[in-house]
Amino acid sequence: MSDRKTLQIKQISGHSGTAPGFDMQRDAEVCKLIDTTICIGCKACEVACVEWNDMPFSPTTFDNTYQTMPQTRWNFWNLIKFNEHQREDGTIQWLMRKDQCMHCADPGCLRACPADGAIVQYTNGIVDFQQENCIGCEFCVSGCPYDIPKFNPSTKKVYKCTLCSDRVGSGLEPACIKACPTGCLKFGTKDDMKFIAEERAKQLRENFGFDKAGVYDPQSIGGTHVVYVLHDAENPERYGGLPKNPVIPWSYTVWKWLFKPVLGTFALFGLVGVLLHYVTVGPRVPQPEPPLKKEGPDVHRG
Amino acid sequence: MSTAVERFDDRAREAFDRIGQNEVYVGELQRHRVYTRFLHWMVALFFFLALFSGFGIYLPWLFRWFTPIFGGGPLARAMHPWFGLGFVIFFGLQTLNWIAPMKWTPADTRWMRNLKKTVGGTEKMEPPDTGFFNGGQKVQFWEIVGGSIAYLITGIILWAGARYFGRWAVAISYILHDVSAIIMLGGIFIHIYLSTIGEPGTFRAMIRGAVTEAWAWTFHPAWYKEVTGRDPVEACEEARRRGQIATQ
Repeated sequence: MSDRKTLQIKQISGHSGTAPGFDMQRDAEVCKLIDTTICIGCKACEVACVEWNDMPFSPTTFDNTYQTMPQTRWNFWNLIKFNEHQREDGTIQWLMRKDQCMHCADPGCLRACPADGAIVQYTNGIVDFQQENCIGCEFCVSGCPYDIPKFNPSTKKVYKCTLCSDRVGSGLEPACIKACPTGCLKFGTKDDMKFIAEERAKQLRENFGFDKAGVYDPQSIGGTHVVYVLHDAENPERYGGLPKNPVIPWSYTVWKWLFKPVLGTFALFGLVGVLLHYVTVGPRVPQPEPPLKKEGPDVHRG
Repeated sequence: MSTAVERFDDRAREAFDRIGQNEVYVGELQRHRVYTRFLHWMVALFFFLALFSGFGIYLPWLFRWFTPIFGGGPLARAMHPWFGLGFVIFFGLQTLNWIAPMKWTPADTRWMRNLKKTVGGTEKMEPPDTGFFNGGQKVQFWEIVGGSIAYLITGIILWAGARYFGRWAVAISYILHDVSAIIMLGGIFIHIYLSTIGEPGTFRAMIRGAVTEAWAWTFHPAWYKEVTGRDPVEACEEARRRGQIATQ
């Protein structure tokens, strides 16, 4: 156990104002580095993830590839995607990419989530779901550019990779990192991982003939806390649907944080409006109503 | 088509009249039959169930105290689409029931132009060409028809989720669903106000189904003329001469 508190909250979904205790301590941003060029597709990370998170057995789907199942599931957060890419010269390139939550700096799930405290972002960059606050609306699914959050119909809650926040909070590396036999997976601070990734991409470009090798850390969502080294950084879509420019639907920014509270208040004006009408103009009654009292000394003027 | 709808409505009205009662006393006029009242209250029930369960999804940090009514956030979220479906089904039947009297007429356009005076309370009686429903009621009715269609389409997209319709469909449906809800929320305050304390004597039209003649000649003069054959202004003046005061 680390003697230092390492999981400090940066952002809370559906929560106005700052998070309690925000910015009390500086915290290094963590990052997982996935070097797809040395992944051997052994799936040790898949097993380690299921083991550590104590997930039940999940039936696999055979679709003529080595891939365990088509997509991640609510109880299967870490999936190696196997893709065959045919080069221009007719040869085949076998691309393997470990698919899991990218822990975006600007998380679409957190933006979309209406439930107070169902999704939190720690200052170290981990985006974590708090299932006790989740209402199961699945807006996070539409907010996510990577199709990561998965709904469990029996608990009516959404689950995804936690970047092993329980392990990281105790000063350990995530379970998948620990299991990786080739050094394809690395874990450390964002700066260190970016440095190693860029060095490796440079090595691939200069010494191995991968002219387009590069690092996947999309700036359209402020970067991610999981970065890839790709043989071809210009076509990340080849690695099983990795978007080149991931985006969060504008509606979650414009609507949710601006118009929703404003218009919600506006609707309440209907209530205020009718009350003011009642006390100023007054009700309209069926005619003929009783005639007004003649003004006289007995009329009380108040 | 319209004849099939009319036949369906007539059968439903007669069936409900056999179950419920339409008591009309002397000095009263029949306004809403049992079938109409039944549909109205079913629409109201499902509207408020959907509204209160929806609040918890709309802004949980403000309205999370609504969700325990439905057994917590996830259950409120799971039940909300079913409440909405109930609302759409019953309002759909009400639309068929009311499609004829809700037809827009030139009198309604004149009524809407007169809105400022109506709200300002400077005119004691409605314009003489105001029929069974006035322009404002028709505007609200057709708003709810449009809103219900928007609810249904966007609601199905939100219900099935991004897995079936894609993330952009959900992200846009979410806005349209909320806008429809906000318009209806604003409208329901006005509807409840005018049908209770705002225009006394109205509420009974949806409870017992009958209204007083004074209410009819005051708020719906053309309808009064149509059913009684008497001139509403003269009827009112006659009541005034005889010293009758409209009871609420």
